[in-house]
Amino acid sequence: MRKTVIPFGPQHPVLPEPIHLKLTVEDERIIEAIPNLGYVHRGLERLADIRDFHQMIQVVERVCGICSVIHALCYCQGIEEIMGVEVPPRARYLRVMWSELHRIQSHLLWLGLFADSFGFESLFMQFWRVREKIMDISEATTGNRVIVSVNVIGGVRRNPDPEQIRWVLAQIDWVEAELQRLEDTMLEDYTVKKRTVGKGVLTRQQAYELGAVGPVLRGSGVAQDARQTGYAAYGELHFEPVVETDGDCYARNKVRFRETLASIDLIRRAIHRLPDGEVRTKIKGIKPPQGETVNRVEQPRGELLYYLKGSGQKTLDRVRIRTPTFANIPPLLVMLPGHFLSDVPVVTLSIDPCISCTER
Amino acid sequence: MREEIMAVSAEALVGEVAKLKVLGYRLVTLSCTELDASNLDILYHFDKDLGLKHLRLTAPKAAAVPSISPVYFAALLVENEIQDFFGLRFEGLVVDYRGTLYLEEEALKTPYCRFSLRSADQREGPAAALDAETNHPNAEKF
Amino acid sequence: MFRMTPNIVRNLVVRKSTRMYPVEVREPFAQVRGELFNDIERCIFCGTCEVKCPSQCIQVDKKACIWTCDPFACVFCGVCVDTCPAKSLYQKTKYRSPTGERIIISQQGQPRKKDKAKDRAGESGTPKGSGEEKADPGGDPAT
Repeated sequence: MRKTVIPFGPQHPVLPEPIHLKLTVEDERIIEAIPNLGYVHRGLERLADIRDFHQMIQVVERVCGICSVIHALCYCQGIEEIMGVEVPPRARYLRVMWSELHRIQSHLLWLGLFADSFGFESLFMQFWRVREKIMDISEATTGNRVIVSVNVIGGVRRNPDPEQIRWVLAQIDWVEAELQRLEDTMLEDYTVKKRTVGKGVLTRQQAYELGAVGPVLRGSGVAQDARQTGYAAYGELHFEPVVETDGDCYARNKVRFRETLASIDLIRRAIHRLPDGEVRTKIKGIKPPQGETVNRVEQPRGELLYYLKGSGQKTLDRVRIRTPTFANIPPLLVMLPGHFLSDVPVVTLSIDPCISCTER
Repeated sequence: MREEIMAVSAEALVGEVAKLKVLGYRLVTLSCTELDASNLDILYHFDKDLGLKHLRLTAPKAAAVPSISPVYFAALLVENEIQDFFGLRFEGLVVDYRGTLYLEEEALKTPYCRFSLRSADQREGPAAALDAETNHPNAEKF
Repeated sequence: MFRMTPNIVRNLVVRKSTRMYPVEVREPFAQVRGELFNDIERCIFCGTCEVKCPSQCIQVDKKACIWTCDPFACVFCGVCVDTCPAKSLYQKTKYRSPTGERIIISQQGQPRKKDKAKDRAGESGTPKGSGEEKADPGGDPAT
């Protein structure tokens, strides 16, 4: 059988962002996939040379348009660790709340896009309708919809009052009820299962060795979640990772759906235990960061790693960002061979590709 | 840094990494930092049961570093990335983009190096001619 | 097979989730960070906003007392509003509407004489004069 090379992307109806996969196919089956990146590379890491370490918060938030809070959180935690700044407890709990809100909206966005990838348009609309409520909560509590710049070094910038907190609780109750209505369709529907079960299988061994992170890793049965390290207030909230064992697209779908519900639960617990007090430590008078650190947090797409190095200057020497999609591309290359060309969109989307993140 | 950092030499690198793989470590990523005009600092981050472990390699820019992608396939993208941004050569890459993962062939430069300049003999093709241009990222305020 | 059907039936009877946008606009939330404005009467041209702005969209000419902002480069982060020592910067709750041409906001203010400032402070009863003197151009190096 003759081999044919088919380009997938950079522009493709199911891809929200540009990635190019060079697929070698034999008949309709894929035998090899080679990625090509660099369509949206912005060099944000290098901006650390000219922006001071406070301004870098706004820069790192723009690495990913979907999970800005968590990027800023990771960066701030790193700087706080180098500078030895203690964050007030209320700020730690609020950070959890906003991180989980962002996880929900990111997962809902993905669930919608995933439904769209196998042509289930009305389900896509339903998920995005629910997501809009989360965006409203973001806007009302932080001031912006997506890129909320609420984290600062030493705490958070907004302090929701009790009335707002009650309103947030009422809103997430609505979100949970709506999601439960969609659960049956997303997890049990015949068409959904037909397109996802057994597609893009990654075994436990493969997932671990290929460095998969987040739902891809947990969908393959490895119970690893950076939130288990207990950063911010996760250590006090009895966090349990969501794990599925099948390792296929359906398992990843299920992990994300269950994580969305788990995040709602985490928000409730965080709000329930929300302590009173300050939300921001003054860092005036502390020397600019000197030293290096590695900080990890869990993004909706998986583990995010920041390597920060400062030498006591206003600008940092190095900001290195390892985004989760970057780690999930090698597993994707292993998942694709053996599948039909028509499954490529579903399998590619199942890692939740965020290409702007990947290229920074 | 809170975690332990182990310094390795370029010769011992692949052996150490293979040892970690046997011990059940997962490769998280590589971080490359420019130390001065001729040296780069590469950190290899590994993870096992939520604990991190780092290997530190100080590599001169001119010499090639052995690739760990035959051991950990996942290192392929990040090694190619460093090759693009810092101009460091990795030997034995599983898939070698030759500096064109992010960059275009006609614009091969080392955008993440402050002092950088790769000497023309390390490059092939038309890119070598472009080398003479200095890379001044701070020259203009944007 | 028909798991989506209850949702579809339900959607036929419940209220619409979308709005006819340009005609019908939702009231913005109270704490939204929208368009940036400068109350030029209160501005002391210290240049803190220029230094702090992460997108460098603000220029302050201290001598001529001109405050310039490129509203299309502003990222609505609100850092300048937080750090403004004279509290002259503020954000409305509405976002800027799209326009066909690029504009630069340039505002000409009055230079503040120190004695004048003290007079004002004396009148209003607030320690304004000290605030202004503390607002050293460039801000403090530690932050």
